[in-house]
Amino acid sequence: MATIDTNIAAGRLISRKRFWSFGVPAMVVVYLAYVAVAFDLGGLAGRARLDNGALLMQDFWSYKIHVTRDNRRDEITSSIEGMRNATFSPEQRPDFVSDTATGTRVELPQGNSVEFGADGLVTLTTPDGSYQVRATRTGVESDIPNPPKNFNISDSRVTAYLPEGARLTVTRARTEVFRRQAGWELFFFDLSSEFYGKSWGELGALAVGPRIQPDQSNIGNMAHDFWTNGIWHHGDVAWAIFETILMAFLGTFAAGLISVPLAFLAASNFTPLAVVRQAVRRIFDLLRGVDALIWTVIMSRAFGPGPLTGSLAILLTDTGTFGKLFSEALENVDEKPIEGLRSTGAGSIARIRWAVIPQVAPVILSQLLYYFESNTRGATVIGAITGGGIGLLLMQAMQTQQDWEHVAYYILLIVLMVMVMDWVSGRLRARLIKG
Amino acid sequence: MTTVPADRIAAAYHAQLSRRRAYSTVLWAVFVALLVAGFDMANSRNAGGFVAGLPKVLDYPAALIGEAWDKIGNLPGHMLRALPALVETLNIAAASTLLGTMGGAVMALLATSGLAPFPRLVPVFRRILDIARAYPEMVIALVLIFVLGGGPVPAVIAIAFHTVGALGKLFSEVAENASMKPVEGLESVGASWLQRMWFGIVPQVAPNWASYAMLRFEINIRASAILGFVGAGGIGYELRNAISWGQGRYDAAAAIFLLLFGTIVFFDQLTSMARNRLVRGQEQGQAGGRI
Repeated sequence: MATIDTNIAAGRLISRKRFWSFGVPAMVVVYLAYVAVAFDLGGLAGRARLDNGALLMQDFWSYKIHVTRDNRRDEITSSIEGMRNATFSPEQRPDFVSDTATGTRVELPQGNSVEFGADGLVTLTTPDGSYQVRATRTGVESDIPNPPKNFNISDSRVTAYLPEGARLTVTRARTEVFRRQAGWELFFFDLSSEFYGKSWGELGALAVGPRIQPDQSNIGNMAHDFWTNGIWHHGDVAWAIFETILMAFLGTFAAGLISVPLAFLAASNFTPLAVVRQAVRRIFDLLRGVDALIWTVIMSRAFGPGPLTGSLAILLTDTGTFGKLFSEALENVDEKPIEGLRSTGAGSIARIRWAVIPQVAPVILSQLLYYFESNTRGATVIGAITGGGIGLLLMQAMQTQQDWEHVAYYILLIVLMVMVMDWVSGRLRARLIKG
Repeated sequence: MTTVPADRIAAAYHAQLSRRRAYSTVLWAVFVALLVAGFDMANSRNAGGFVAGLPKVLDYPAALIGEAWDKIGNLPGHMLRALPALVETLNIAAASTLLGTMGGAVMALLATSGLAPFPRLVPVFRRILDIARAYPEMVIALVLIFVLGGGPVPAVIAIAFHTVGALGKLFSEVAENASMKPVEGLESVGASWLQRMWFGIVPQVAPNWASYAMLRFEINIRASAILGFVGAGGIGYELRNAISWGQGRYDAAAAIFLLLFGTIVFFDQLTSMARNRLVRGQEQGQAGGRI
């Protein structure tokens, strides 16, 4: 008999193991296949805009200098990404633009060059040959019998795509040459700053050298120019990051302050009244279940966009989470110290202060710190929805669909911010647990 | 041996006690001052002030509930219409949790010293996990939406990436505490690294890993709803549309709010029940019963 039982038990065990090691993986594969069909993974290749992806990757690490000729006024200007506030003055002209006997020459990578001549004439010289295009009052004239594949020619526009992201566009109104440069343009100083275009060595020498402006030290001047950079707005970005951390800080720690007393009401060993306990617990469930997304929507209706709205949304969600966590911690406290204090005649406040708080304080603090870090990430997302902090800046830069170098900068800052918070909160938690 | 008079000990004790009390009083004062100043600052930078907004907090929910109550007959219809979007949100969460769990498991084994096949690369894999964890899902989703177009796939990739980072760290902490004896046994009979992990480590850590993965699933449902709000499809997208319709169509918004709330509560309860069972099963020591 016993052997038969053992056999049956062994059979059950084996079939259960078979289920776990073959059945579950098979189910996962089937489910993922279903999701792939439901999400139309096959059609994705058709919808994907890989040119967008290439543009984005290029913009992440490089920028374009536009050299533009207004064909009517015959004026040549150079600017960064065509931005009005990043137009070079004549003495700042990039060194790949030079004057020749017949006009103005723009050197491009890999032996290409463009020359702006008189009367709207544009000459493109490539290693394979030389092409002439003329902008007239009515359109664009060109005489290129067998245009190469990278040319795009019509009566009103001629475009030539050249190596390393360079491009020539000629229309009736203007002739434009794009040339890509590695790096983030004007990251430290914009064109209006006296420090633009100086090398690190020159800047170092300036820092200790005589003052440019008598009323301000050069280092202060540099810091001011960096902080108020008109393209990168470092001051505003720093403020936005501060605002995001502020949202997380206020939401997390205010929720902690509110939920500690409420947690006592939800813990069975401190609140004998089941009605109160259940009521408080349901409030926690409600706060937690109505997601931060919904709270953000509701709060922004009442308070409008801004950091306060974000803080309150975090506060409400986390009050629910903390209430649940802390009341569980309270239910697990050791009763002995409480008994000890009771035997000395201590009142309930004294018992809580001296017997309960010391037991739960490390748990509470380490949870608060953990959530502070994770809420910094959450506040970025909430900021994007409710309009505050670095999340908003990121969202705005994304929506322009061209400031990808700013997007890359913000992403880098967000990741650094979260990693620093993670590290700080981890260190503090480790110290709390040890001490 | 010198004896210290009792009154000197008492004096020293009291001095220490009052110093500690002074420290904690100062700390509390600083903390409260920071909170107050922070709220004041946030308040001044908000579009609407706290005092002006407070009476209006309940206006929107009240209007929603009022209108939904008047048209209560419409609610089931609205919910039924939003159901495919809800399924999409759940699918995004489930697929990204599955992919993230698999990626997290591999990364965790690569990042745990003692188990890693390339011990020198352990710090590298740890940093990769840190970076993956630090990305808010939304950042990746928005970039991918620009390249891949709107829809659920960018959301899955974004959430899965973050999940790899979050679970990888937790999984690695669990794996660090696993017993090395099965691994050594397998090694002595010539098992490859994959076999050692699959038969020696995974059975030990599976209950804890599964428990963390379920917790993640619940978190990912929320994340997937939020991503819908910024353009990745699903119930979040429906919610944003319903909100923008405004008054007169509040019943539709209320239906989606209810659906989302119900889903989150349901999965919150379900995963916490399943996790309790997993942890309890482990405590009862059913060693042979699992995997």
